[in-house]
Parts: sequence; C-alpha cells; structure tokens
Amino acid sequence: MLTTGFFAMAAVEEAAQAAGHGFEPLLPGLIVLLPLLGFLINGYLALSHARRSAEAVRRGEELDLDTGGRPLTHTLPSWVGPGVMLIAFGLVVANFLRMSGVELHDPVVVEYWTWMATGTFTVSAALQLDQLSMIMMLVVTGVGFLIHVFSVGYMKDDPGYPRYFAYLNLFVFFMLVLVMGASFPVMFVGWEGVGLCSYLLIGFWFSDREKSDAGKKAFIVNRIGDFGFLIALFLMFVFFGTLDFAEIMTRAPAELVYGAPLVTAITLFLLLGATGKSAQIPLYVWLPDAMAGPTPVSALIHAATMVTAGVYMVARSSVLFALSPVGSVTVAGIGALTALFAATIALAQYDIKKVLAYSTVSQLGYMFLGVGVGAYAAGVFHLMTHAFFKALLFLGSGAVIHSMHHALHHTHSEWDAQDMRNMGGLRKFMPVTALTMWIATLAIAGIWPFAGFFSKDEIIWYAGAAASGPFAGWYTVFWILALAAAMLTAFYMTRMMVMTFHGANRTGEKEAEHLHEAPLTMTVPLSILAFLSIFGGWINVPEAIRNSFLGGFGSLPMSEWLHEWLDPVTHAAQVVREEALLESGAITAGEHYHGYLEHAPFGGGELAWALISTVAALIVVVVAVSVVRRWTIRPAVESGEPESGIRKILYNKWYVDEAYDALIVRPIQRTSRFFWKGIDGLIDGVVNLAGGATRFAGFLVSLFQTGSINTYAFILTLGVLLILWTVGF
Amino acid sequence: MLTQALVLSAILFAVGTFGVLARRNAIIMFLCIELQLNAVNLALVAFSRAVGIDGQVFVFFVMTVAAAEAAVGLAIIISIFRHYETVNVDAFNLLKW
Amino acid sequence: MADILFFVFAAVSVGSAFGVVLARSPVGSLLSMVSTLASVAGIYILLEAHFLAAIQVMVYAGAIMVLFLFVIMLLNLGHDYQRDLKGWAASLILFGVTGAMAGVLATRIVGPGGAGELDALANATALDAELMEKGAVGIIAEPLFTRFVVPFEMVGILLLVAIVGALVLAKRRVS
Repeated sequence: MLTTGFFAMAAVEEAAQAAGHGFEPLLPGLIVLLPLLGFLINGYLALSHARRSAEAVRRGEELDLDTGGRPLTHTLPSWVGPGVMLIAFGLVVANFLRMSGVELHDPVVVEYWTWMATGTFTVSAALQLDQLSMIMMLVVTGVGFLIHVFSVGYMKDDPGYPRYFAYLNLFVFFMLVLVMGASFPVMFVGWEGVGLCSYLLIGFWFSDREKSDAGKKAFIVNRIGDFGFLIALFLMFVFFGTLDFAEIMTRAPAELVYGAPLVTAITLFLLLGATGKSAQIPLYVWLPDAMAGPTPVSALIHAATMVTAGVYMVARSSVLFALSPVGSVTVAGIGALTALFAATIALAQYDIKKVLAYSTVSQLGYMFLGVGVGAYAAGVFHLMTHAFFKALLFLGSGAVIHSMHHALHHTHSEWDAQDMRNMGGLRKFMPVTALTMWIATLAIAGIWPFAGFFSKDEIIWYAGAAASGPFAGWYTVFWILALAAAMLTAFYMTRMMVMTFHGANRTGEKEAEHLHEAPLTMTVPLSILAFLSIFGGWINVPEAIRNSFLGGFGSLPMSEWLHEWLDPVTHAAQVVREEALLESGAITAGEHYHGYLEHAPFGGGELAWALISTVAALIVVVVAVSVVRRWTIRPAVESGEPESGIRKILYNKWYVDEAYDALIVRPIQRTSRFFWKGIDGLIDGVVNLAGGATRFAGFLVSLFQTGSINTYAFILTLGVLLILWTVGF
Repeated sequence: MLTQALVLSAILFAVGTFGVLARRNAIIMFLCIELQLNAVNLALVAFSRAVGIDGQVFVFFVMTVAAAEAAVGLAIIISIFRHYETVNVDAFNLLKW
Repeated sequence: MADILFFVFAAVSVGSAFGVVLARSPVGSLLSMVSTLASVAGIYILLEAHFLAAIQVMVYAGAIMVLFLFVIMLLNLGHDYQRDLKGWAASLILFGVTGAMAGVLATRIVGPGGAGELDALANATALDAELMEKGAVGIIAEPLFTRFVVPFEMVGILLLVAIVGALVLAKRRVS
C-alpha cells in the first residue's frame, strides 16, 4: 500500500513538472510524509512500551530501563526520529538547488487530490513550492534535524522517550504542511496541528499539574488567535470565492480597494491569528509558561519554527497587508511594542529559560515590525537568523540545565536547576557550551559580524525609513522603540551569560564535582548552530553597506541575496506600496522603493546607522559585563523574590497574567456558572414543573376514584341528564 | 292515557334513581334498580298500545332478565356480606385511590 | 272511569315508590315495593296488557320480591337507618338532579315532538281486535314463538346460566 501511494505521489509530481515551469520539484510530498512516517513508527513504539509498562505496574513490578538494558522502544527512535529528518532535509536541499538553478517567477503548485468541493468552491490538498516556502522548509528541516539529534542525548533517560520523538516528528509534519500548503485551509491544517503538538509537548510530563496546565494555556490562547484567523478566512472566501494563495495574491491588487475597510478587516483578523501563534501582544502569555516542556521542545517549537508561523503567514499575505496601511501599521506597532515590552520583563527574570522565552517574544516582535513596514525579506531574514541563534541559546541552556540536574540529583538537593542564581562560573565546567552561547549572545545583540547584526539592523533601518510614508509619526515611534529594545536585548542577554557562566560558582561544592560538559550528541548541534550564527548573516548584506568594511569591502559575490531570492514572492506587495507612496507624494515618479529608503529620519544613510547601532550594542555588552560582575548574587533559596519597586513589577511580568485572570477568566467562569446554575437550573425547573403539573393533574383526576358506588352512579346520572338535555330523543 | 302513563313512568324512574343515589344499603339500592326497570316496562307497555305488540313481548323479556339479574346480584351481595359483615356500600371502597 | 282508576293507581305507585326509597327498615322498603308493583300491574290491565299484568304479579311481585325478602332475612340486617340514607345536603342535591331528569323527560314527552303526536287510537283499536281474536295469552305467544323464538331460547339459556352463577357465587367455601 505504501509503495502504491508512493508511486501515485510521484505521478502527480511528474504531472506538475510537465506543466513546464522549468523548476521540477523532487518528491515534495515525500518531504512532508517522512516526518509523518517517523511519527507512526515512534508512536507504535510508544504504545507498545506503554502496554508493557502498564502490565508491569499491574504485576507490581517496576519497569527499569537501565538494568534490563535499553529496550528496542527506546533505542529505535534515536535512529528513526533524526533519520527521517535528515532524509527530509536532504530532499529539501535538493529541491532548493534545483530551484536556484532556474528563474522561477510563479509558484509551483503540486495538487494531490481534491479535499473539498462544494459548488464553485474547491480546496485541494496541494503543496506550493516557491522561494518563501523553500526558505521556511530549509529552516524547519535543517534546524529541526539538529534539535532531533540534540534530543537524543538530552532525553536519553526519560521513560517517555519514544512518545517524545513521535510528537516531535508529528510536529515537523504539521509545520511542513503549514509552510508548504498552497491555500489557506491547508495552511490552517498545519496551523492547528502545530498548536496540538505544542500542547502535547509542553505538557509532555503531564503528571505534573503545572506542566499540563501550561499546555492547556498554550492551546486555549492559541485558539483565540485561531478564531481571528478563521474570521479572516471567511471574509476572504466571501470576497474572492477561493482560498488558494496563488489566486488571491494575484487578484487582490486589482480587486481590493487600497485602504478599504474590507482589506483592513481581513488583515487585522489575520494579525489576531498571528499574535496567538507567534506570541505577540495580547496573546503572548502562553509562551513563558510553555517553558514547562522539555528544553529541545522550547528550542524547536518556541524559537525556531512554530512561533514563526505568524510571521510566515504575514509574509505570505504580503499583498493584503500592503493594500491596507492601517493593517500594516498595526502589525508594525504590535511588533515594536512587544519587542520592548518583553525585553523589559526579561531584565528581571531569574529562570534561564524564562529569560530566553521573553527574548523570543521580543525578537518575534522585531520580525513583525519588519513585515509590518514592508520589509518582508528583512523579516524573513531575521526569522532565519533568529532560528539559528535562538535554537542555539535554548539548546545551550538545555545542556546547562541537564548538567545542573545531574549535579543536584547526586546530592538530592531541592534546588531549582534552572535558576541562574544557583549557577555561576559554569564556563570552567562547560567550555564548549559557554563559547557557543556567547556567539549566540553576540548575534542576538546585533553585533557585527554575527548573523543578528545584519538582520536586525535591516529591520530597524526599514522601520526608520517608513517614517516618510503614511502614518509617519507612528513609524518614528516604532523605530525608537526598536532601538531601545535592541539596547535592552544586549543588556539582559549579557546579564544572563555573566550570571550563568562567569563569576564564582554558587551551585555548591559537592554538586560542582558533578558538573560536566554535555555529551557529543548535544555539543555537535551546538557547534553547527554556532557556525550558522556567525556566518548565516552574510547571505543578505544590504546594498548600502556592502562596499564598506562592514560588508567585507565588496568581497561578496552579491548583496541582499535573500532579498533577491524572495523578490518573486514579495514583488506584488512592493508594487502596491510603491503606487501608494507615489500617490501620497512621498516619492516622485521614477524613484523606486530603494530611493525612498534614502529618506531616513535625522538624515544619514544606512551605513551610518548600521555603524552606530553595532557600536552602541557593543558598548552595552561591555558595560553589562562589568555591571553584572559587581552584583552580589545569592543562591535562589536565600534570595527570594524582589520586594519592591520597578524590579518587582518586571519580575511579575507587569502583572499581565493576573490582569487577564481578573478581567477575562473570572468573568467567563462566573458567566458560565450563572448559565449553569441559573439559566440551566431555570430550564430544568420549568421542565420539572411541566412534569410536576402533569402529575398533579393526574392526582386531581384520581380523586374521582372514590370507590363509592353512589358517587359513580351520581356521575352517571349527571351524564344522562346532560344527554337528555342537549340531545333529546 | 299514553302521555299520562309515560309521565308516570318518568316519575317512577326518577324516584328509582334517587333511591340508587341516596341509599347506602346495597340491597335497597338493588330494589330501587328494580323500580327503575319497572318504570321502563310501564313505558314500553304504554308505547306498545300505540305502536304495536312488540313492546309487550319486549317487556316479557325484560322481566325475565330482571329475574335472572336479581338472582345473580343477590348472590354476589351475599358473598360480599360474608367478607365485610355489612352491606353498606361505603365499606366497599377498594377501588378508592 | 278508566282515567279515575288510572290516577288512583298512579298515586299509589308513586307513593309506594317514595316509600321504597325513604323507608326505615329494609322489609318496609320491600313491602312498599310490592305495593308499587301491584299498582303498576293494575295500570297494565288498564292498558289492555292482561298477560303482562299477570306475569308482573306472579313473577315480579311474587318470586323476585320473595327472593329479596329471603336475602334480607338471611343477612339479618339491622335498622341502621342513620348511616343508611345520605345526609340532607347531599339528598337535596340528588333530589334536584333527579327532579331535573324527571322534568326534562316530562317536557319531552308532553311537549312538541312528544308522545302526543302518536296516533294512539288507530293502533289501539287494531290491538283490541287482535286481543279479541287470539286471547290475552295468544297475543303475546304468537310473536314470541314465531318472530322472537331465538331470543326466547337465548333467554332460557340465560336463566340457566343465572341459576348456575347464583349457586356458585353464593356457595360457602368448603375449607
């Protein structure tokens, strides 16, 4: 059956090639199906393990994984999980090489079967391969593969090992459906699916109430966003009659009126969906709680892939956002605000994963800012570089936590392995981890020549440049917010590094004997990601700085490679924006978008600002190092929480969760209770009343049965009388 | 004569009904039922004088059936009396709710 | 002459009927009943139903009433009159109801569309002629054994059933 399906799929793909696009996709369906296959195999292993452990429990024995030698259910996933990812990655690379050898202007859609067909509306199970989806696929399968390998070492001792890999594979499957889908419904399938897997993986250790609650919170908050997404889909369907990307994006500039309420509504509802999935204000609250899941999960889902789905979706719908200036400025505004807001919270967190979580929220804000100001390539670029260094940071923190766990476990200490106040000076014990994480820190701080510099700088630049177009004042504010957030980012990341790896070790003498470097399965992915964090940014050096020393003195074969690569996808949106700018008089005819970019605030070209930002970031890092080293930090059990002032507010996340609880959750619960006890009780009462009334009526009628013959005879007589009276003879 | 006889029959029937409704003694009630039957017989005979002989034949049958009915009814009353020690119909209230 | 007799018999029968209903003792009720039956028999004769009058006296007043008497004596009922007749309030209502019934019937009889419209005389003379011809018994016997022979036989079976039933019902259980 599998082989038949395989050949069927290949046949469909051959047909797509025969359509003569020049680009011949190589088994795209297999790319999506391989992780699914991994899920099925690992899932079966998980089920058989569950069955065996249940039997053991029933017999009263313990199923010890160490003494009996590791069973097959716990060794096979080590190969199946990363294995399918490697093959998928290989296929993606092959397709990428094919695509780059061809000038591809229109997306290639491979249809497999018709999913829904009602009247004139059809949705096919189809995959779309174009430049944007190719970039996403590379990130998902590449970084995904590295994280799978890391997980082999990290989750080695966990009894739920096969289940973990099953869920991880399933997640990659859904993520690929999301980025490769050719229409909104197919994307939505992936959208929902990654939400599901996020829930499953956050609550992986479900026997802990807090952790499973975190999973629920993620799913529920996501759902609120999904509601917005669906409304947008409905609006699009009503207007366009179709939900395929290719059709909508080609028809939109012609059929939708620029700035009209309809397109604004569509974009705002899409944005609502994106804020849910990508943890922006107001629906970001699930991401910090999601740190309850295993650290590789945090790396994959909540840094590199799932949370970027919102950015991808906005980039995919770039035309729609270009047609709605209100929508675009809202996206940019939310992005900028979230970037600064999350950065402030990260300053006061002690849990290493929480710092990284808020950092992720903040960096996602940058991506949204990028796609909001029309810098789609920059936003996607930052998505890519962020995937590298954030995954590296999370995996590194995973290695640290892994080591701390080991150490604390040996002395049966109750200390929190994730609290930075219990760490310190880990550089001596884990040099590789420390080095790679420092590389990531410099990258995220936006320091040349690391990856983050190029991507973040471009976004901030575009944000500033947008200050000469519509909503100029707003964009200036966003630009300032983005700059402030960048400074804060540098500070809190350095704080994290210094508290963890430098200074004196606070873990305790006995425990410190057991601190050690992570095994190879963990350090190798770290190193690869570090390499990408260093050199990954050089693929998209902006034109303006190419010839300077910042750009390597023009030694690169080309500049803005990603920009050019994504141009066929973002072209339509850029055209719309240019026309709008022409109308508003911000640029004169003949000047293209690049010319518009020269009008930045406070004058000065991109090169100048790039230099200023990297130097400023470097200064902040150096200052931070010396400041943090001077702090006296006590271990967590001795420190307690911040007592007062701004530190307390930041530590408590600006009390947003508490506000949501009071303003939304409790009223809903009260309303539900009212409907349950009040209204439902009322309805039940009415129904019972009807029943009671019937019984009472029956009782009344039963009183006729007096058992007395005289009464019966009397009634009889009355009846006779009645008949005589009315009928007569 | 016909009209007067019929009116008399109506009066007798009414009195009989009153007896059935107002008396509690089962045997007296039964007696009043016989009275009602008699009233009906009278009406039939009166009519037969005006219409045809069939009325009188019918009365014949009524009397016969009344006899049979009286026999059986009294037998029932006797057997009830054996159980209840009284013929007061208020005591026969097993069908009361 | 006939009218006077009729009124006498009517008065006696109504009075006796009230006697049946209102008498204190069961035997008194019974005797009143016999009186009623006798006067009704008299009215039968006035209506030229001689055979029936005879049957009335012989069977009804003679056999059935005697049967009642047997049962009353057998059960040795007392004079519990107070609990026997219903209270005056209920009696009033019942009197009203039955009176209404009698009234309605009477108006129907006497009023338009009632018995007055029947051509009594023609039939009566025909009946008298038949009576002369067949005699008092024959006038009934003739239709009874020709046209009504099947019901006649069935009544016979009915009587048989009644006898057996009465016997079975009244029999004392042998235990």
